[in-house]
Amino acid sequence: MFELTPEEWTAVRLSIRIATAATLGALPPGIAVAWLLARRNFWGKALLDGLVHLPLVLPPVVTGYLLLIWFGRKGPVGAILDNYFGIVFSFRWTGAALACGVMAFPLLVRAIRLSFEAIDGRLEDAASTLGANGLWVFLTVTLPLALPGVIAGLVLCFAKALGEFGATITFVSNIPGQTQTISAAIYTLTQVPNGDAAALRLVLVAIVIALAALIASEWFARRAGLRYHGD
Amino acid sequence: MGTDVLAVDVEKKLGAFSLAVKFEAHGGVTALFGPSGSGKTSVVHMIAGLLAPDRGRIALDEETLFDSAGRTNVPAHRRRIGVVFQEGRLFPHLSVARNLDYGRRMQGLPSDEAESRRVIELLDIGHLLRRRPGRLSGGERQRVAFGRALLMKPRLLLLDEPLASLDRRRKLEILPYLVRLRDEAGVPMIYVSHQAGEIVKIASQVVRIEDGRAAASGGLELLDAERREMIF
Repeated sequence: MFELTPEEWTAVRLSIRIATAATLGALPPGIAVAWLLARRNFWGKALLDGLVHLPLVLPPVVTGYLLLIWFGRKGPVGAILDNYFGIVFSFRWTGAALACGVMAFPLLVRAIRLSFEAIDGRLEDAASTLGANGLWVFLTVTLPLALPGVIAGLVLCFAKALGEFGATITFVSNIPGQTQTISAAIYTLTQVPNGDAAALRLVLVAIVIALAALIASEWFARRAGLRYHGD
Repeated sequence: MGTDVLAVDVEKKLGAFSLAVKFEAHGGVTALFGPSGSGKTSVVHMIAGLLAPDRGRIALDEETLFDSAGRTNVPAHRRRIGVVFQEGRLFPHLSVARNLDYGRRMQGLPSDEAESRRVIELLDIGHLLRRRPGRLSGGERQRVAFGRALLMKPRLLLLDEPLASLDRRRKLEILPYLVRLRDEAGVPMIYVSHQAGEIVKIASQVVRIEDGRAAASGGLELLDAERREMIF
């Protein structure tokens, strides 16, 4: 009953790979946007804020369709990436990672932004009087102090990416071995006769992965917290 | 003495409060003395480069740090002015040793073992090096903050009410270290306080700040006798 078939393993491995790529890919722009929103005032800030949060409120199918229009092989961005860099998103696992990254981005930004906003700006002032320029202040004070929030954001992002369904299936379809994630595989299994046992096995796997991510983040956050408050 | 080390002539509007302060400081310790809310901390922040004046000029050792006419504003990280804040502001994620070393690393200065040992001994903080700031007492924290500011090899040291967050017993415990700092560090200092008793022990020059203005400057005689007896 609990033995996964090779096809199911493929879906599990693919899901983890897609979610990991989505999370790591979203992290640098996520930190940058979170910092901009937390620490800078500029023209169009409300617009950027809205844009970042859009995938959270749009129907996932809409986000997936927009990705298809822009990042498909014939789309304005997709064509350039294909012609000049040989990067193709449509119907590849990379496209699934892009869709998951976009969908999870608001959660990542939100968590990191909150932790930036919670940092005592006076510590950053102190660092600059000690000779640290803006970049060093960020790297040695702001970012380390925001670490628990960054970790929380990473876990949220990973979990969201792992469970993403609508945008992914719209953008890159549901191809076994290419773009079929755990969620897509479960969906397929529920549509065929006698798929229940396999679907349940994948459900269990999804629960285990999500729990493991939560426990890991809790552990990291506690360690980071200890570092700052004594010991 | 002789030439001025620090020349300040600044104006700044902060909400309804307007600040217009002009004074010069020579070597040694100059106290900025005045009641809470008189604008002393804002002056310190302007000298350190954390707050830009609306108008005026700040010069240190003949170098212009800020000049609204010439549009000069040297950023804080290039001023090499050490600051000890009222609340210490140690980095909570770094050990005491790393806090002490922070300024030197950020300035790109070579490591100077002898100097750090001297400062650590001067402030008697050798036994704290491996701890995090969260586990220090208020007095220990301020001593580490002195050390951190000193080890960046500042051209000027700004001490902004460094004892204000401590109770009387801790103040008395720290004061001797401050006196040693003054006598052995050889760095000109600006000492901000509203407590005449502290200033008498530390400073040689006094600038009295009242209501956003430098009301008077001169020697310790500026602190009237009544105020002197209040604290210690």
